[in-house]
Amino acid sequence: MTTITASERALSEGQLKSRANRRRLLSKLPAIIGTIPMMIVAIGVFVIGIGFTIVLSFTNVKFFLINIDFVGLKQYDILWSTARWVESVKHIWFYGFGHIALCLVGGFLLAVFMDQRIKAEDAFRTIFLYPFALSAVITGLVWQLMLDPIWGLQAYVRSLGFSDFTFAPLADGNTALLGMIVASSWNGVGVTMAILLAGLRGVDEEIWKAARIDGIPTWRTYISIVIPMMRGAVATALVLLVVNVVRTFDIVIAMTGGGPGISTQMPATYVIDSINSRNVGQGMAAATIMLLPIAMLILIQFFFRWRASLKGRTT
Amino acid sequence: MSVATANSSGVEPSGPKPRRVTPGRIGIYAFLIMAAIFFLLPLAVMILTSMKSMNEIRGGNIFALPAQPTLDYWIKAWSSACTGVTCNGLAPGFFNSVKITVLAVPISIILSMINGYALSFWRFRGSELMFGLLVFGAFVPFQVLVYPIIFGLSRVGLFGTLPGIVIVHSVFGMPILTLLFRNFFASLPAELFKAARVDGAGFWRIFFSVMLPMSVPIAIVAVILQVTGIWNDFIFGLVFAGRENLPMTVQLNNIVRTSTGTVEYSTNMAATILTGAVPLIVYFVSGKWFVRGIAAGAVKG
Repeated sequence: MTTITASERALSEGQLKSRANRRRLLSKLPAIIGTIPMMIVAIGVFVIGIGFTIVLSFTNVKFFLINIDFVGLKQYDILWSTARWVESVKHIWFYGFGHIALCLVGGFLLAVFMDQRIKAEDAFRTIFLYPFALSAVITGLVWQLMLDPIWGLQAYVRSLGFSDFTFAPLADGNTALLGMIVASSWNGVGVTMAILLAGLRGVDEEIWKAARIDGIPTWRTYISIVIPMMRGAVATALVLLVVNVVRTFDIVIAMTGGGPGISTQMPATYVIDSINSRNVGQGMAAATIMLLPIAMLILIQFFFRWRASLKGRTT
Repeated sequence: MSVATANSSGVEPSGPKPRRVTPGRIGIYAFLIMAAIFFLLPLAVMILTSMKSMNEIRGGNIFALPAQPTLDYWIKAWSSACTGVTCNGLAPGFFNSVKITVLAVPISIILSMINGYALSFWRFRGSELMFGLLVFGAFVPFQVLVYPIIFGLSRVGLFGTLPGIVIVHSVFGMPILTLLFRNFFASLPAELFKAARVDGAGFWRIFFSVMLPMSVPIAIVAVILQVTGIWNDFIFGLVFAGRENLPMTVQLNNIVRTSTGTVEYSTNMAATILTGAVPLIVYFVSGKWFVRGIAAGAVKG
């Protein structure tokens, strides 16, 4: 009798355990169902989509997925021997450096000046940030008018009496990108300022007191102490700027349409134009190249996380 | 170091300290006001030009106040400006944008809210990996995914339709919104969730009775983020919306590109102002919330 009850109890304990497991799984089931859309997006769109793009870049697909031939690296050979693509890559480097430098320097200066306990800080912040609420299309169109030699700034300065004044960056292929940098930076400086200002406010007030007691000039304190201390904010701003630069498309269409000539074409416009002109294989090769800077960013992030985890272990 | 230098260096330079009117203070305000003028100038040009005839703009008068302010160009841009052969102005684009925004904003927010809630309180095997992949998607340039999505949507017959463009917006809004909601739910006290569990509430019950009411503030930030983001979108509308559903930004670009002969900037700027009105109103009304949205969107990495 007693042995039977003992084995019975053992059995029921095992049953209880498995029942508890099942119940736990059952309670998690709604969570799994609730996040099905997320799984579809994460895997179905991002992972499979990117894989699809990369695979198609090794084919000669025109538009519809019929008669697919794998052609190896041929699309990449064509890509790098196409003048428009090579120029587009040069443009994005030039534009990217210009835009990012202008946003970081301008945004930092604005943030420093905003951080001087000024009056009407909210009003200034509103003014510096509102362009960000406007789309790149609107930004491009307004600046196109401002930079139009017949109607815009050049005409205005000439009407003041400087009849030889020339300022028409968009009319000349050599300077068109500069005009675009000014326009996109007008749109983006405010955000950089907001992020950097949050970083500045995060720096301990004691640092300022200590630097003042040591007689360190203010500019020196900013460069040698404060900027290194707010590197998190700088990194955030930088990552956002890089991600946006790689995508640059709308402002090109609105402002220059890629011209004059091909002087403001970008990788993104190359991809879209390739798809539109039924040359998908070529477009996908270009799109795959566009992934590289993003892959670099993610690798860098992993590197820093890995290094931080090493540090965390030793201390 | 002598006391004198310490004192003098405490008075002269700027730094986050209050002080009286000095040349330095004037310089600060001069810089900020110059910057403010630079930022406001394009908006002023937009509004002024839209209320002037082309004759009035001629000869470098883009900054001058209109002699006879008129709203004719606004009306023309709204109802009769031409895109190609049709001359219906921006109005159809406006209503398309409203349709797209009204559908895509709640869908993307509700889905992301559930994601954030599940990721904070109901982690299961692989949930963090899913989240990582999703956030990775926020970095990917859209152009990389354009063709795969065209292909996928065509297969289910939704390419170039209203549901199609709504799906695309929901997909691309999801990474940043999920991050937003996950960070918000993670900041809530865990006891709240545990208490509801002890009372026997399940996944959906806790979501609807506890979490949803608490997440109103963050949901407002999400709405602002999505309304401005979707309204300002150009490339998705251009590629996925189809001819019947072109959003306002695409319509605006088409109107501007259609002008023949001399560019009619008055109409173009009126159209620009009309297209920018919705996000500008959202921005000026929401103020600090908008900044919070930017900050929340920026906290990745």
